[in-house]
Amino acid sequence: MNTMVTRRGFLKATSIAGGGFVLGLPLVSSAMEASLVGSAELNAYVQVRDDGKIIIYSGSPEMGQGIKTSLPMIVAEELGANWDDVVVVQTPEVDTERYGGQWTGGSFTLYLNWNLMREMGASARDMFIAAAAIAMEVPKEELKAEDSRVVHAKTGESRTFAELATLAQRQPIPNKESLVFKDRDDYRILGKSISQVDSLEIVTGVGDFGIDTKVTDMLYGSYEKCPAVGGKIVSANIDEIKKLPGVVDAWIVKGNGNVRELMDGVGIVGTDTWSVFKARESLEIEWDESNASKDSWTAFAEFASKVGDTGDKVPIHVGDVDAAFNDADNKVISSFYEFPYVTHMCLEPMNCTADYRPGAGGAKDHLEVWIPTQNGPRFQEMAKNRYGLEKDQLSIHVKRMGGSFGRRTSNEYVIEAIELSKLAGKPVKLTWTREDNIRYDFLREGGFNRLRAAITPDGKVAAFEEHTVGPAPGGESSRFNGPNPGAFPFNTMEHVRGSLTNYRMDTPVGPWRAPYSNTHAFTSQAFLHEVATEAGRDHVELLIEMMGEPRWLDDGNWRSMNTERAVGVIKLAAEKSGWGREMPEGRGLGFAFYFCHAAHVAEVAEVSIKGDQVTLHKVIAAVDVGPIINRSGAISQVQGSIIDGYSAMAGQKITMENGRVEQTNLDQYPVLRIDQAPEVDVHFIESDFDPTGLGEPALPPLAPAVANAIYAITGKRVRKMPLTDEGYRV
Amino acid sequence: MPKYTLEINGERTAIDAAADMPLLWAIRDKAGLTGTKFGCGIGQCGACTVHINGAPVRSCLLPISAVDGSQVTTIEGLADSDQLHVLQQVWIDQDVAQCGYCQAGQIMSAAALLNQKPKPTDDDIDNAMSGNYCRCGTYIRIRKAIHTAASFYDAADKASSASNEQEAQA
Repeated sequence: MNTMVTRRGFLKATSIAGGGFVLGLPLVSSAMEASLVGSAELNAYVQVRDDGKIIIYSGSPEMGQGIKTSLPMIVAEELGANWDDVVVVQTPEVDTERYGGQWTGGSFTLYLNWNLMREMGASARDMFIAAAAIAMEVPKEELKAEDSRVVHAKTGESRTFAELATLAQRQPIPNKESLVFKDRDDYRILGKSISQVDSLEIVTGVGDFGIDTKVTDMLYGSYEKCPAVGGKIVSANIDEIKKLPGVVDAWIVKGNGNVRELMDGVGIVGTDTWSVFKARESLEIEWDESNASKDSWTAFAEFASKVGDTGDKVPIHVGDVDAAFNDADNKVISSFYEFPYVTHMCLEPMNCTADYRPGAGGAKDHLEVWIPTQNGPRFQEMAKNRYGLEKDQLSIHVKRMGGSFGRRTSNEYVIEAIELSKLAGKPVKLTWTREDNIRYDFLREGGFNRLRAAITPDGKVAAFEEHTVGPAPGGESSRFNGPNPGAFPFNTMEHVRGSLTNYRMDTPVGPWRAPYSNTHAFTSQAFLHEVATEAGRDHVELLIEMMGEPRWLDDGNWRSMNTERAVGVIKLAAEKSGWGREMPEGRGLGFAFYFCHAAHVAEVAEVSIKGDQVTLHKVIAAVDVGPIINRSGAISQVQGSIIDGYSAMAGQKITMENGRVEQTNLDQYPVLRIDQAPEVDVHFIESDFDPTGLGEPALPPLAPAVANAIYAITGKRVRKMPLTDEGYRV
Repeated sequence: MPKYTLEINGERTAIDAAADMPLLWAIRDKAGLTGTKFGCGIGQCGACTVHINGAPVRSCLLPISAVDGSQVTTIEGLADSDQLHVLQQVWIDQDVAQCGYCQAGQIMSAAALLNQKPKPTDDDIDNAMSGNYCRCGTYIRIRKAIHTAASFYDAADKASSASNEQEAQA
């Protein structure tokens, strides 16, 4: 953490055209940058225009998580800006030396930029105050910045930021150490509800998603790959395809076999999207599938059903688990849980527009791209490694994303667009069909958990064991396979074992909203309710007992779980939901707590069951992510995560046979509809720690809370997602 | 290639397209109006919802040849010049969107609903809106925003009937 703070030792001011005022981040050396791949540096900077508008750049890509609004709110707060004067602009290019990081993911973005955003705002504010002291001939100490002006309280005199801008930019850059941040009590912007800065563009249809890109002379492209990952192309009826209406050209493309780069396929460009989509229906391709995926979900499930309590890899082994399990006085319970592969289903399909212009007459090649991506710098790195393009040969437009959920972190759809542009000699907008999005996804991995617990005669949990059976694409264990020592209850208990068995599945997997937690919260927290029931304990009371003394579980790391914060949200959710109240026949409450992404979240699901029809009526969520930045955005993220979590739990499952994903479109893969969506009440505990992100952590507790509610009603456990696989209708 | 003429958002627009090109792609790639979104291509998600002669339709399945000469309203044409449609204003005020990709379709479906039923019940909203998916799960705010917009309709009706009464009395 400290490296982040020290390497931006100073801020530098740059004059821009039009006499504006710019605060930029200092350069980060490429060595430092390289050593911090995946960590976030930010970049927001401030311009004050002559017309009084304050431009605040947002460097992190927006995908619906609200970061384009929340980060500039922090800058504006420290600056003393009136939010009505603020215009938020996405950084116009990817330039980590100028702007710092420029990626988003892992609910990290807010946390990694909190101090930086405050520094950007406070530095600019101090420079305005220094300028005002000169202009008004009063001591700095008597001045204060508020409402986009510097005010001298004694005389009531003031100067606007716009009036001060030229003088302010000539003031010395304040030392970072000299900056004083506002007290929370003095906040005027943070903690308020502010509508997303792009709301107007969204509701009028002029919002600028990647798929909306229009470039002069642009062709429309589509790319067909082998339905079983790894298939090599032998031949295709290219000549026939080229003659189809609206088709301009078509090619067989040889890939490098890297699913995150370029796989073999057929590229088609044409005069419009429809023509190239339609041309694909006439494709006749011969694939060599000798090395392609032969994945079978059925075979995977069959294998998993036979594994024992402990796998061959044992990354977590603390205390004496076997003694607790072998103690004849203890009751041992064991259960087997299953969770499916799921697809990202971003409503905006993968797409990219690329314009590759070969250098002529000794000039260098140039590549301009319009990409909806969570990670522009990762594209930049790929462009250098794969195409040898330096930064001055790249123009990168990072576009708003129509959802991502971890999906738009890879480059393969970008490379496909670049290859087609190179072949066509023109700009190409590549669009994936919905079927492509499912077939060629990096899925949330499916898997299985065998769980065991030893319960003492007085109803305490003496030992906990989790054995994950997970897929291994290409034989390599996925990084989101368990077990995770930071996850509850591994992190609080004295005797725990977490093990892993891998099964070769070649279907590519990748991060999907709250990776690891989105499956393991279901298994572990539903199982803890089994433990509570077997122990004759109230679930909430048992959870509180398991938290033990108030403490950080990783001392000195305030992104680790804090048992006091955990107990706080558990008690709040219990109180707000009326936990323990008598429920009518056919209706029940289920509880779950989970900790991930530095967030403590407890949820209570209120469910009813009539026949086989499950209805999720309401969810109460208690959340501690520190101070809330944008209240509207924060509530929305929690509500959306819960609805998304239920959507996945209710009916979503991807299966594969003979290496082929079996589901093709939304008619076989239901997304939750408005009539199925629960009410969600959100309660925050705004504890006095630095704020952390909310894009993911409210999702994981939902599934176990619903499973536990179903047990409370029926006495039957839900040990498998989705619910439709357990015979329920939703 | 056949020529079709549509009145898109009040403007006569000539489009050269294959007879089976879905209206969605004619609007997006030929007319250049990209507010209407491609989601699934099978009429399942509702992102492509537009109005044809005032009725909501899924444009991703509808061949252009079937709607030649029709009046098409897209999200870009919902506002009355500079005056936002009440749904658009409420959508902004209540910060409905997350990623925003589905919202054009949501608003077009909601606008058609309010035309039919200015005071919709929750059941009416379920029926009219359940064909519009939101992967971000903004349904709670969508429902509330439709009710709020309806209350403005109601207030406007009352105001106009009150002024009618005054006129009648005068």
